[in-house]
Amino acid sequence: MNAPAYNFAYLNEQTKRMVRRAILKAIAIPGYQVPFASREMPMPYGWGTGGVQVTAAILTPDDTLKVIDQGADDTTNAVSIRKFFVKTAGVATTERTSEATVIQTRHRIPEMTLTEDQILVFQVPIPEPLRFLEPRETETRKMHALEEYGVMHVKLYEDIAHYGEIATTYAYPAKVAERYVFDPSPIPKFDNPKLDNCPALQLFGAGREKRIYAIPPYTRVRSLDFEDHPFEVQTWNQPCALCGSRESFLDEIVMDDKGTRMFVCSDTDFCASRRGAA
Amino acid sequence: MYVAVKGGEQAIDAAHRLLAEERRGDRSVPSLTLAQIAEQLTLGVDRVMNEGSLYDRELAALAVKQARGDLIEAIFLVRATRTTLARFGYAEPLETRNMQAKRRISAAFKDIPGGQILGPTFDYTHRLLDFSLAAGEDPAEAAGAPSELDADMPRVLELLGAEGLMEQPSADQQDVDDLTQDPLNFPAGRDLRLQNLARGDEGFLLALAYSTQRGYGRTHPFAGEIRVGTVEVSFTPEELGFPVVIGEITVTECEMINQFKGSATIAPQFTRGYGLAFGQCERKAMSMALVDRALRAGELGEERVAPAQDEEFVLSHSDNVQATGFVEHLKLPHYVDFQSELVMLRRMRAEIEAGKDRLEAAE
Repeated sequence: MNAPAYNFAYLNEQTKRMVRRAILKAIAIPGYQVPFASREMPMPYGWGTGGVQVTAAILTPDDTLKVIDQGADDTTNAVSIRKFFVKTAGVATTERTSEATVIQTRHRIPEMTLTEDQILVFQVPIPEPLRFLEPRETETRKMHALEEYGVMHVKLYEDIAHYGEIATTYAYPAKVAERYVFDPSPIPKFDNPKLDNCPALQLFGAGREKRIYAIPPYTRVRSLDFEDHPFEVQTWNQPCALCGSRESFLDEIVMDDKGTRMFVCSDTDFCASRRGAA
Repeated sequence: MYVAVKGGEQAIDAAHRLLAEERRGDRSVPSLTLAQIAEQLTLGVDRVMNEGSLYDRELAALAVKQARGDLIEAIFLVRATRTTLARFGYAEPLETRNMQAKRRISAAFKDIPGGQILGPTFDYTHRLLDFSLAAGEDPAEAAGAPSELDADMPRVLELLGAEGLMEQPSADQQDVDDLTQDPLNFPAGRDLRLQNLARGDEGFLLALAYSTQRGYGRTHPFAGEIRVGTVEVSFTPEELGFPVVIGEITVTECEMINQFKGSATIAPQFTRGYGLAFGQCERKAMSMALVDRALRAGELGEERVAPAQDEEFVLSHSDNVQATGFVEHLKLPHYVDFQSELVMLRRMRAEIEAGKDRLEAAE
C-alpha cells in the first residue's frame, strides 16, 4: 500500500477547472453567490475549506502565498493551511503583506492597502447574509433575485430601537455594486471600508455551504446603514502597545487576573513593519 | 507574553507528535494491523466506507486506525482521500436482484420465494457479554450456507407489484445527478436525496427515521425486504462500448412498504421507501428507507409537518463531515470578532452608566 502522489495544490485539474469556472462567474456578477461542487478537503469544514479550494484553483508555481487568521500569520490554523500549500504546491510563502501575490485570510483584511497584483481569498463560514433572518436557501435565493432586502433593514432598524445603534460588529452586511447584499465573512466591521474600491481582486470561498463569490477590483462596496445612523467602525481609547498605531484593529490581551489588559495590533505584519521601520 | 498567546508552528508539531504517541498507546501491546481491523471490526469499516463514499476496505481500515477508532474522523479521512482520486466514469446501475445473498428477510410475509435467510445477524442474540471472546477463544466453525440457496430470489415488492398493490419504481430517470460533482440545490430530485442519505450520518438518519415512527411524519412502514450480499459492478469503457464486470461489492438493500395512496378514482397502492448501503449496514439502510419515504411527502400529496419530511432540513444537516467540521470550528480563534463584541458591549454599558449619572446629578 503506497501513499498516492498528489497533484499540484492537491486538487486534480478537473476540479480546479470547475472551481475556476465558478470564480469567473462570481467575478462577472459581483456579490452573487455562485454554487460550486465543493470537495472534501483534508482539513475540516468550517476551518477554511472554501478558501483553500479557491486558493488551490488560482495558485501558480510562481505565486507567493501569505496565510493569516485573526490578522496573524502565526495562529494555528494559518500555520496549518500555509504548511498544506507548502507541502502540496511547494509555493513560496511570506508573512509580508507587500510581498504576497495571494493572501488567504480568516476574519481580517490586512491593514496595508492591497495592490492590483494581489488576490485576497476569504474563508467564509455562512455566505448567506440573510441566513439568520431566513433559514431556507430556497427563500433567500428568491430574495436575492428580487433584490428584496427589506428584512435586513428591518433587522438593523430593530437593533437601533433596542440598543440605540446597529449591534452587528462583524460579518457586517454590505451591498456590492449597488446590487447584491453580501456577507463579507466574519471580518470586523472595522474592515468593511477596505472592501470598497479595493485595487485587489477579492474572492470568497465557502466550502461547506458550496458557494463562491467575488468583488472585482475597484468595485463599490457600501455597508448598509441609515441616513441618521451612518455606518461607523470600532475605535479604541489607546494605541497599540507595541507599535503605537492608532489606525489598526487592536486585539485585547489579558495580562493577569487583576484586570490588566494590553492592546496590540491584530495584523502582526503591519505591527512588525512599523516597529522595524521605527 | 505576546508571542505566547498566539499559536505557532512548534506547538502544532508537538501536538501532532503527542497525538501519534497516544494513538500508539502502550507500546508493549502489539500495534493493530489493517487486516485485523478490516477482518474483525468489519461493521465499523463498512460504516466508514458508506459515509466516506468510497468502497475500499483497506483504506477504510487505515482510516479507522489513524482516527483512533473515531469513525467520523475516519470517514473524514476517507472523504479527503476521495477528493484526490481520478474519476473514470460511472458504473452501470447495480442489479441487486442478482445479488449473491448471505442474508435476506422479509417482515411482510412468513415465507417468500427464495426463502427467508437469516445469515450473520445480531438479531435474536442475547446481548450478554461473551467472555470467551475476552479469553481470545476462536468460535467453532460455522456450517457454510446451504449449497442449495435459491438462485432466483424475486424481490418481495415485485411480487406485490405484479398484483398492482405496489407503486412502480420510477426507473425511467435517464440523467442521474451526482451529489459529489454538482452543488446540491433545492428542491432536490429523489436521486440526489438518496445519494445524500447514502452518505449521511447513520445516527442522524436513525433519529429521523425513529421520529417518523413516533408520529412526526408517520408512514406506516413494513420491512418488505432486506437483503445483504455481493453484487457485480459493471463498467462500460468508452473504447469497448459494452459493459464489463470489474469486480463485486457487498451491499445492504432495504425496501420498505409504506402506507398506501389512492383516491376515489385511482385504486390505492402501497408506496415505497428505499435504502442502499455498502457492506452490512442494516440499521443505516432501514433508516435511509424510512427517511426516503418521509421525504416523498410532497410528491405523494402529504402535508409536510415533521422534520423528517423537510428536505432542506434533512439534506442540509445529514453530512457528519460537514457537521463536525462546523461545530468543532468553534475551537478556532475568534478573538477579532469577540473583540468587536467586547468593544460594543462596553460602550453600550458605559452609555447606560453615563445616563444614570446624569439622572442622579439632576436629582
